[in-house]
Amino acid sequence: MNRIAIGGIALLAVAAFLVNASLFTVEQTEQVLVVQFGEIVRPIDKPGLHAKMPLIQNVISFDRRLLNVELPGEEVILGDQRRLIVDSFTVFRISDPLKFYQAIGPIPDGIRGRLNSIVSASLRRVLGNNKLLDVLSADRERIMASIREQVNTEMRSFGVVVEDVRIRRADLPEENTQAILSRMQSERQRVAAQLRAEGAEVSARIRADAERDRAVLLADARGAADRLRGEGEAEATRIFAKSFGRDPQFFGVWRTLQGYRQVFEGGSARLVLTPDNDYLRYLQAPPAVGP
Amino acid sequence: MSWNNGGPSPWGNPGGGSGGGNSSGGGSSGGSGGGQGGGDGGGRPPPGGPTGGGPWGGGDGGGRRPGGGRPGGPFGGGPIPDLDEIIAWAQAFVRNLIPGGPAGRFGGGRGLSILGLLIVGLWLASGFYRVQPDEQGVVLRFGAYSYWTPSGLHWHLPWPIERVERPAVTRINRTEIGYRSGPAGRMEAGRDPGGRDILAESLMLTGDENIIDIDVAVFWRINNASSFLFNAARPETLVRGVAESSMREVIGRTPIQPALTELRAQIESGVLRQTQQILDRYNAGVEITQVQLQKVDPPAAVIESFRDVQRANTDAERMRNEAEGFRNDIVPRARGEASRIFAEAQGSRLATIAEATGQTQRFDNVLNAYKEAPDVTMRRMYLETMQEILSHAQTIVVDDKLKGLVPFLPLSPATPPPPPPRPVAPAATPAPVGGPAR
Repeated sequence: MNRIAIGGIALLAVAAFLVNASLFTVEQTEQVLVVQFGEIVRPIDKPGLHAKMPLIQNVISFDRRLLNVELPGEEVILGDQRRLIVDSFTVFRISDPLKFYQAIGPIPDGIRGRLNSIVSASLRRVLGNNKLLDVLSADRERIMASIREQVNTEMRSFGVVVEDVRIRRADLPEENTQAILSRMQSERQRVAAQLRAEGAEVSARIRADAERDRAVLLADARGAADRLRGEGEAEATRIFAKSFGRDPQFFGVWRTLQGYRQVFEGGSARLVLTPDNDYLRYLQAPPAVGP
Repeated sequence: MSWNNGGPSPWGNPGGGSGGGNSSGGGSSGGSGGGQGGGDGGGRPPPGGPTGGGPWGGGDGGGRRPGGGRPGGPFGGGPIPDLDEIIAWAQAFVRNLIPGGPAGRFGGGRGLSILGLLIVGLWLASGFYRVQPDEQGVVLRFGAYSYWTPSGLHWHLPWPIERVERPAVTRINRTEIGYRSGPAGRMEAGRDPGGRDILAESLMLTGDENIIDIDVAVFWRINNASSFLFNAARPETLVRGVAESSMREVIGRTPIQPALTELRAQIESGVLRQTQQILDRYNAGVEITQVQLQKVDPPAAVIESFRDVQRANTDAERMRNEAEGFRNDIVPRARGEASRIFAEAQGSRLATIAEATGQTQRFDNVLNAYKEAPDVTMRRMYLETMQEILSHAQTIVVDDKLKGLVPFLPLSPATPPPPPPRPVAPAATPAPVGGPAR
């Protein structure tokens, strides 16, 4: 009995060991290669429970998710000889673990260096044919697409599909940055000066317009006033002429006598007269009575 | 890959649980033995059971002494077992195992099955899991996606068959580009005192080759849990990278001046749209809920000149206002002045006419009266006038014959000596003129 029990337990242990060694799961995020003595037996793409030969076969897993590699900023010379510091990131997935294993080996991280150098070369190639303004404009999408195409073509033999190569930062080198900053500054200064000058211009125009308006208003008013006065004088002259014309001689006398009164009214005048003045003649002799 | 490194915690938990449950329930040596067995079994399941006092053997030992031959057993007594006691217990265990009495065999089988049932029960119970209200349960069977569960209490086939992932699907995550907020977390009006600016991320080229300093916060959540879990290795960095790239692309198409002012909302929606598009293409299971521009400024080095432009704008506005104030001051005054001049002239015209009319009426009246008696009227007028004149003026009557007198006359210095004789002549003239007047 005891021997049977021990034997049973041993058998159970061996069975458990074999099950453990022959069954394996493939995670949803993985794809695996079953390898026998370093030789690939089959790739497994489907997640779930799978079996292999115990002991002689083992399993190498690769990520099936999107992986991203960031390429640190590096200086690129553009088609218009401008220099740009570009950093990018690449989104890829391992599409063919078989090829991938053959090209890179069992350590998936090995791909990163390879990918970086290919992306970098392609970046230089494509950007070298484009101008800075293209990179900044809506053409950026097209540029990134053509980089992606190039990288994809080259990476196909690695069993890798490049989903996207995105230019993240595209900045000018430090010395250009300084130049841009000072240009921005001078541009702002120009705009500020222009704004102030335009303000002064508007101000001067408004003031001048206002003064002109004032002058015109006053001149018009004076003109109208003079016309009115002229009318008045003309009217007066007509009235005078009409009335005085009835007896010009009497008018002369009457007006002169009126004038005398006014002229000598102040009492400051001195008259030196001789007694033969018409008014004074009676000082010398009484008038002759009778004709 | 294999069972050994497959799951995170599977057998350790049920094993530990069984040990605890047993010792609290029984207190007998058998119970303590079971606890020991379960605890050991946690490490590695089936293989070397009987050898080396392994897990199942512990249960057997307990069965051999159902009455509790050794009170308390090695572990039942105190929480910290004595080393000697363990050795003694192990020796007894091995002794019991080898002879194998029939009674012992029978009792051992029953203990074993109870223990087995317990372990199976605990194993099954380990499949219960709770999904929090903000989470979604994603059940994986042998690593492959199987189904998802909403929040609440659920059960899955226990390890190693199924396991569950619980991503927080309703939580809004925030990715900060260009800055990292401080421990306070919340940004207040675009500035966070505890945070720091990351210029390498926030400085970018605009469409007109200027440099702008932009901080942006991207808010996102998981909208497809399985895509999020299985499609991208590092979704957070993917969101960051794509959002940053889109941000720079959108700014790269925008001139600086509108970007600083009126295009902010458009930039936000453009970045959101583009980031979402790219992430959808990746099938990342991420929904961008909001893109918020936190700070949009010119670079610090030139911000002063940008502010000066605003000041210049204000200055221009001020000058304009002052000029308009001047205009509004003088033009109405001038209008008033013009009206005054006009009115005065009107008055003057009327006055002139009225005066003329008055004078002529007077003349007409005088003339009419004169015509009735011309001679005497003329004479009267002359005499009255002369009287009036002479009564006001200083009058000196000089005889022609007294020529020597003239130099001694008290003439005022204003009047030169020669004129005096001259007025005499004109003064005489009116008389002859008046004389012949009719």
